[in-house]
Amino acid sequence: MTDLTELGVAAIRDGVAKGDFTAVEVAEAFNANVAAAQDALNAFIVATPDAAIEAAKAIDAKRAAGEALGKMGGVPIGMKDLFATVGVQTTAASHILEGFKPEYESTVSQKLWDAGAGMLGKLNLDQFAMGSSNETSYFGNVISPWRRNDGGNAALAPGGSSGGSSAAVSARLCPAATGTDTGGSIRQPAAFTGITGIKPTYGRCSRWGIVAFASSLDQAGPMARDVTDCAIMLETMAGFDPKDSTSLDMPVPEWTVNLSADMKGKKVGIPREYRMDGMDEDVAKSWDDGIAWLKDAGAEIVEISLPHTKYALPAYYIVAPAEASSNLARYDGVRYGLRDLPDGANLQDMYAATRAAGFGAEVKRRILIGTYVLSAGFYDAYYTQAQKVRTLISHDFKNAFTECDVILAPTAPSAAFALGENVDDPLKMYLNDVFAVPASLAGLPAMSVPAGLNREGLPLGLQIIGKPFDEQGVLNAGLAIEQRAGFTAKPDKWW
Amino acid sequence: MSTYRIQGATGDWEVVIGLEVHAQVTSQSKLFSGSATAFGAEPNSQVSLVDAAMPGMLPVPNRECIRQAVRTGMAINAQINKWSRFDRKNYFYADLPQGYQISQLYHPLVGEGSIEIVLDEKNPENSTKTIGIERIHVEQDAGKLMHDQHPTMSYVDLNRSGVALMEIVSRPDMRSPAEAGAYLTKLRTILRYVGSCDGNMDQGSMRADVNVSVRKPGEPFGTRTETKNVNSVRFVMQAIEHEANRQVDVLEGGGKIVQETRLFDPNTGSTRSMRSKEDAHDYRYFPDPDLLPLELDDSFLEDCRASLPELPDAKRHRYESDLDLSPYNAGVLTADVDTARWFELLLAETAKAAGKQPAEVAKQASNWLISELFGALNKSGTSLDESPVTPEKGAELLALIARGTISGSAAKQVLEIMLETGDDAGAIVEREGLKQESDTGAIEAEVDKVLAANADKVEQYKAGKEALFGFFVGQTMKAMKGKGNPQVVNEILKAKLAS
Repeated sequence: MTDLTELGVAAIRDGVAKGDFTAVEVAEAFNANVAAAQDALNAFIVATPDAAIEAAKAIDAKRAAGEALGKMGGVPIGMKDLFATVGVQTTAASHILEGFKPEYESTVSQKLWDAGAGMLGKLNLDQFAMGSSNETSYFGNVISPWRRNDGGNAALAPGGSSGGSSAAVSARLCPAATGTDTGGSIRQPAAFTGITGIKPTYGRCSRWGIVAFASSLDQAGPMARDVTDCAIMLETMAGFDPKDSTSLDMPVPEWTVNLSADMKGKKVGIPREYRMDGMDEDVAKSWDDGIAWLKDAGAEIVEISLPHTKYALPAYYIVAPAEASSNLARYDGVRYGLRDLPDGANLQDMYAATRAAGFGAEVKRRILIGTYVLSAGFYDAYYTQAQKVRTLISHDFKNAFTECDVILAPTAPSAAFALGENVDDPLKMYLNDVFAVPASLAGLPAMSVPAGLNREGLPLGLQIIGKPFDEQGVLNAGLAIEQRAGFTAKPDKWW
Repeated sequence: MSTYRIQGATGDWEVVIGLEVHAQVTSQSKLFSGSATAFGAEPNSQVSLVDAAMPGMLPVPNRECIRQAVRTGMAINAQINKWSRFDRKNYFYADLPQGYQISQLYHPLVGEGSIEIVLDEKNPENSTKTIGIERIHVEQDAGKLMHDQHPTMSYVDLNRSGVALMEIVSRPDMRSPAEAGAYLTKLRTILRYVGSCDGNMDQGSMRADVNVSVRKPGEPFGTRTETKNVNSVRFVMQAIEHEANRQVDVLEGGGKIVQETRLFDPNTGSTRSMRSKEDAHDYRYFPDPDLLPLELDDSFLEDCRASLPELPDAKRHRYESDLDLSPYNAGVLTADVDTARWFELLLAETAKAAGKQPAEVAKQASNWLISELFGALNKSGTSLDESPVTPEKGAELLALIARGTISGSAAKQVLEIMLETGDDAGAIVEREGLKQESDTGAIEAEVDKVLAANADKVEQYKAGKEALFGFFVGQTMKAMKGKGNPQVVNEILKAKLAS
């Protein structure tokens, strides 16, 4: 029998539907992988093998009864621990929410369960989704299943913030996982681990029940082994939600049905400003490969300009912390989560003690930055200015899309780095998102697909950015690359 | 017009007042959640996941709250902003679960408007003043801390958390406690007409932050203080008086007014410092990224406008011009929406019973309502909506008076019984034998007897002692046991004595 954990979403769903194997067999196989890898990779904060089996049994029973199994029928997935799940600890990888079990289910996770998916567990992440390496998690960092080919066995970052998701999918602990992307948190970890991930247009997926980082940027999306699996899962996750005022009130297109790698008549924009001085040679080469592949698929390549690109990262690091500083004010020890009440403490003391103990260093740093940029006297110089930059970046894209249909760029400036390498230099860490952040600020759909390995044997990702609501164009270009890149590499199992 | 002055040692001081009124929007559910808003519910029984600020919860604006705020804006002739936005006001407190209040700082829903106040109810036409309103914005209320439930801990009740408030910000246009009182009263009247706030100040549905400064007349504005959360018209007036005098004392003593937030103590009628500007929060306002800007289309605005009732000023003018009521009566009857509603029912029923136009019976009805029914209800401490006398029953009583079936004094007696028993006027008149005699034949016979028995007095009357007329009336009424229609008695007596 085939190793069921080598199968992706579509293959599992179709296999279960056909009766090649049962959903319970699939769940058991992944449960076993999750358990076996936990000590080495630390991808999950909480494993929920029973929930996976329960969901699988329900699917098998449905099949026996001849009922429809759903778009994700029989597919067990990992859930980033930023999504509220009923009765299952939801922490955002923070101490302040340790032990918090919601009485409600996030809209996106509920849609996945309704479509027949089951939950293998809650995936580790950077604390409150703030980080690019998973090193800010209170529950210890995730370790990438990938290793450099230098024999050094350095522990590598799985990317962040969806690092548990990326590690788990690439290590075959789950066929797919949810991610969230605020400034690259789906795309960068996908690139670091040789998997595919898409951040849809802002508003496609409801934010209801997702622990908020930066409300105007946060977007959920799927992370899986290939473009088709992402399309299937995104169709399940997306859709208007009256409980989220920023949710898009638009029908969800049939992306899967309309997937096509034929790029004839399509123009692909190559942004001049992304080709930076001192760019990693392997990254530059993979970008050139991507250009060649899309040309081969029939696309016309055009050079475009996104002139305000260099202001995107600074603007992002004002807007996102500003919103976060306010969004995280609710973690105060009053109603739920951690409460640190020293002897004789008054309310202010309780706040201070609770938040000092409950938040990690990176979260505190961003709360401080955000509080600062919103302060009286600084607001206009920082927040207002950053919002103006944000508008200019949107205009850049709008102008560019008069000349092209999609934009091709690297996902990240480098392959995965070693854990600890950037941890003392936040600015260097923030630079990881330099290519990802502009699309986030503009709310555009963007995905990362594996493009190959660098000289160290580590995966590199290519990013496709699309027009608002044009996930189809993004997925199609991604498919064209996927078919030509022929990326089949996977980490050698060492755990 | 108002020349309220505080006499200081250095001369007269003028008081400058602005009010920020928080009015709870009448709606079934909260501003951004589906929780109920009823007053007096068990603590924490009206709290949704959103109100408790659970992780990942999001606000969704309640259309009804927006509608009510827009209607309120229209009622004060304000500019309605078709594009407005919600901002977050960030601060930590245990009654504020999100750690921020969703409010509107930069782009409020309602812009400039005004209301007209009357300073002398007896002379409304010549004592009006226009008070500018700078803006109305909508925002969330906070929860409530309870400090008396546990020896060392405070408890939090989140029932009010997220309830919709309108903050109605006046211009510093008021110059006396009386003007501020009239403004607050008028504002309450308008809100109750519109139905956007029930105006129950004792339940906290309406409360005012009072901004006060003093200056020598003609000089620029002085430094102001803000006295928070004053919850009755009387207290607002007291707070202003106390605060203005305090400021004059400070200034005349060579001191400076500190811009600060103060608290009003209803027990002493005085204000005390709560925090100064230096300790003021930096609220770090910024647009709420969970919410899109609020955009109102023309049809929504049309619906809001079409649903507005006749407003108090228009009603008062109509009562004066169409019903020919005195300005005082018109003012009293329109001062509260329930009174006006009651009066209009009474008027319609009375006109119907008399087969006349409402304008023909309006004076009788308004006088009776104000002097008779209000007087009686006042005495018993009953409010109009608890009155056992309904407009229909009142109209029946008025018809009996109009037809001469009962005398004015009997009518008072009947009303008293109606208030006690809730019975109909007609039944009471029958039961108590209060019907008066209006039959001219019967009255003539009694008059003849009285005149015959007092021939000497008739002589004196005819000789010029006209004061005796009252004696004849009294004798006739006595003979008829008080049931003679005094008007008919008068007429017949006059005719007989003239012959």
